Amino acid sequence: MEKQKYSRRFFLSTSAMAATLAFIPVGVKAFYNNVKKLVIPLKEKMAIKLSINKAKYNLTVDTRTTLLDLVREQLDLTGTKKGCDHGQCGACTVHVNGQRVLSCLTLAATVQGKEVTTIEGLSQGSELHPMQQAFIECDGFQCGYCTPGQIMSAVGCVNEGHTHSVEEIKEFMSGNLCRCGAYNGIVQSIQKVAK
Amino acid sequence: MRPFTLQKPTTIGQAVSGKKESAQFLAGGTNLLDLMKKHISQPDRLLDINSVLSEKIESTAGGIRIGANVRNSAAAANELILSKFPLVSHAILKGASPQIRNMASMAGNLLQRTRCPYFYDTSLPCNKRKAGSGCGALKGETRMAAIVGHNPQCVAVHPSDLCIALSALDARVIINGKDNKETSIPFKDFHKLPGTNPEKDNNLPANAIITAIEIPSNPFNKNCSYLKLRDRESYAFALVSVAAALQLNGNRIVEARLASGGVAHKPWRWYEAEKFLKGKTADLSNFKQAAEIIARETHPLNGNEFKVPMLKGAIEVALQNCLTA
Repeated sequence: MEKQKYSRRFFLSTSAMAATLAFIPVGVKAFYNNVKKLVIPLKEKMAIKLSINKAKYNLTVDTRTTLLDLVREQLDLTGTKKGCDHGQCGACTVHVNGQRVLSCLTLAATVQGKEVTTIEGLSQGSELHPMQQAFIECDGFQCGYCTPGQIMSAVGCVNEGHTHSVEEIKEFMSGNLCRCGAYNGIVQSIQKVAK
Repeated sequence: MRPFTLQKPTTIGQAVSGKKESAQFLAGGTNLLDLMKKHISQPDRLLDINSVLSEKIESTAGGIRIGANVRNSAAAANELILSKFPLVSHAILKGASPQIRNMASMAGNLLQRTRCPYFYDTSLPCNKRKAGSGCGALKGETRMAAIVGHNPQCVAVHPSDLCIALSALDARVIINGKDNKETSIPFKDFHKLPGTNPEKDNNLPANAIITAIEIPSNPFNKNCSYLKLRDRESYAFALVSVAAALQLNGNRIVEARLASGGVAHKPWRWYEAEKFLKGKTADLSNFKQAAEIIARETHPLNGNEFKVPMLKGAIEVALQNCLTA
């Protein structure tokens, strides 16, 4: 008779080993979590109610979440762009209660009760906003990364009435940087809509 | 950012009593959130004071009262400010970008931290960021640093434009202390020089909150100007800036006000030059002499000597602009 491949001893020792191995990750994870609790402060969560592009959202967010990260990462509204994340480039410009602001320096929890509009909320269905149309017609962009912020800022610029001269437009659009250098097209787009 | 709890006080009393330990007030957040992202400011609690403080601009018996929560853009466009204190509007519009001015509060503008690169880089020494760690700028890159009022502890400059105008117009900062009583600090005493504790930018008592800014009525609305020189034409901090205001009787100067940004740890008033101009004829030769007096007061660092001739020119041009304003 062929020698038996699996003995009782083999079974016991391998299954004990397997069980130990299976528990190691659990143990390590528990240990890691304990250390983490000591070293890294726990994130604070809070429930918030927001109105973005006229849609209502009930969300639970980390208190640290900026409006920019919220719309991009949690609501899949990725039109708003993250450039510098420090309020220097204007790529993240959105409207809060009709005013152009920087979503990277706005905590999501502080815009409760206000109406937020992102680039996705600018067009009426499939009909482009006049400023979007003007950017296409006047070559207001090259790579397009700064464009959503430029357009939101441009709409603000027109609404505020700072379009009396090229110099005034440039001054009141200075918060939006364009590394491709499409500034001439951007100024022309704004002049076209302001007329 | 480090995790923090976010609270929304509904009264000034609640806001003040909640400001314990490392708690910070949050209004516009344009400076604070940036500092938190860079781990320069690490509050364990934020007190959102947006629904606590006034957003009104009111005419008072002695002048004007601007609520702490008025946004910079709202103040710059306000009819009362434009007609009676246009210098304030000119200065605000030279600062930041339209988006940031839409967010930033008036009180927050007063409390913004320096933009000294050594303060922002956590791998470098900075007495303002970490007391006792030394000043990296003193023997480093001094292009943006002070030329007056500095000491070896700190050579950083105050970044605000609004504050230069408020300093020139002798504003008062209205605060509510722990006992919830209203008191005020003259603008010239609000910000401080580095001294031995450059980590403190101003003399606002611990726990106190700014509730308003008052500007006394003045005769400077006709002849005033704000000139800002910087590395690019817009959306940059000042190398030097000048707020100038003249009260004229014909071409004789009854009273003059001169203040500068980008030159010191606090908004800097040029009292000697103001005294010199009083009673003089408003012409270029007197403006040049005033600029000379100012230049003699400065002590540039190794590497920012260029700021002195730049400041002299800025003083002359700002004063001349007052005549055509």
